[in-house]
Amino acid sequence: MSTLLRTALYDWHLAQGARMVPFAGWSMPLQYEGIVAEHLAVRKEAGMFDISHMGRLRCQGAGATQLLDYVCTNAIAPMHTGQVRYSLLCHERGGVLDDVLVYRWAEEEFSLVVNAANRDKVLAWLEQHRPSAAVQIQDETRATAMVAVQGPAAAAAVADLFADDLRRLKYYFACRTWCGSTAVWASRTGYTGEDGFEIVLPAEAALELWERLRGRGVKPCGLGARDTLRLEAGMPLYGHELTEEINPIQAGLAWAVKFSKGDFIGRSALEQARQDRTLPVRVGLEIEGRRAARMGHRVLSAEGQAVGTVTSGSFCPYLELSLAMAYVLPDYAAVGTPLQIELPGAFLRAAVVPLPFYKRTPAG
Amino acid sequence: MHNPPDLRYTPTHEWVRWDGELATVGITRFAVEQLTEPTYLELPALGSSVEAGKPFGVIESVKSTSDLYAPLSGVVAERNSELLDDPASGRQGNLALILEDPFGRGWLIKIRPQPPVSLEHLLTAEQYEAQLAAEGH
Repeated sequence: MSTLLRTALYDWHLAQGARMVPFAGWSMPLQYEGIVAEHLAVRKEAGMFDISHMGRLRCQGAGATQLLDYVCTNAIAPMHTGQVRYSLLCHERGGVLDDVLVYRWAEEEFSLVVNAANRDKVLAWLEQHRPSAAVQIQDETRATAMVAVQGPAAAAAVADLFADDLRRLKYYFACRTWCGSTAVWASRTGYTGEDGFEIVLPAEAALELWERLRGRGVKPCGLGARDTLRLEAGMPLYGHELTEEINPIQAGLAWAVKFSKGDFIGRSALEQARQDRTLPVRVGLEIEGRRAARMGHRVLSAEGQAVGTVTSGSFCPYLELSLAMAYVLPDYAAVGTPLQIELPGAFLRAAVVPLPFYKRTPAG
Repeated sequence: MHNPPDLRYTPTHEWVRWDGELATVGITRFAVEQLTEPTYLELPALGSSVEAGKPFGVIESVKSTSDLYAPLSGVVAERNSELLDDPASGRQGNLALILEDPFGRGWLIKIRPQPPVSLEHLLTAEQYEAQLAAEGH
């Protein structure tokens, strides 16, 4: 356990009695008060998450755009300065290496936020495809911290903390600004289905920001609530809904694959995948009762034939429903299809429902 | 970690209170804290048989699913109705009791053990805490 990485807020988490768990090589808070209370705080007010374990990479120099457009499935060249875009990184066979956020700071300057478990893999992949030494790739993860503030009250909580008013940031846009005399960057993004912000700042400045947010009543939330919130919002999680054996088309992420741009890694495989009607596809399942389906449970047709596998599942505290995501054969993917989930010693009745399960009502 | 000294324990984190007639069974504070807030509970029917060391029910949280293991063999004589949904009134069971008071109001079932009754195979509080310590908790 001593080899686990610690975020800049590690001591704070311990002092607050957080339950720490190993996650992708980091010691991270699973919960403080409790997953359900934290989940509900984000849906109803505001919560904050230490997400410093996420990988933060900088990619800059002549050829940076070319590199990112070649490794990303989404279109990078047309991005505006200050824009943030979700993308997949795929290998040649179309399987997903990682799902990332790309931030454009200048013509040839970008940041990538990548999954903690995939940081080394993505770094190596970028190095391998670097068009020239002019493109520099730096791993800024350890030097920085990252805090997500999420929930309907998130905008009010961050309003006057920064030199720029983050309330003016549009969804999926970012800015570089100041928190006092500390240079930070912030984006209107998140992984909860709520309005909110993700803020990256020097590791040594993280505690002060965190305490100031706490002072404004923002509730500290752990990875437990982060997982139930993203599930309720129907968002895929790498290692569950996304793997190197799953392509973005199956995952329902074709919107993040731009065939209209030039060549990119995985393109021809994904063009084929687009025509393939045999591969299992990602669906949302609503389960009868309160019992949860879990990753790996088999999905059966109403007649009992195996048609798929659960990738994530939990009782979801805000909707108060047992919900799951699964990959099922296309013939069983239509909304309303009755299915069963096989647990050790039990079968749960379920039906395919639209994703996302939860969609926030826009403010105003 | 306070585990009442008058109870016996299983390595799988159940506790037993033996009153000479019935054995009350619950899960330890450590177990429920590991689980996080319970969201689902499945207990055996009244009168059904349970077997020592075998699963008798299921408890779930938003995070995980765990089997519940019977500390003793016998017949289910009572179930904690406070925890269970009451279809007649539509009242939902209060699973929070397991987290709030795991050694008290959060008990799960009472077993009428099959004679001869012996608790010798169960851990004392001291032994249970030694196990937790050995597991690094």
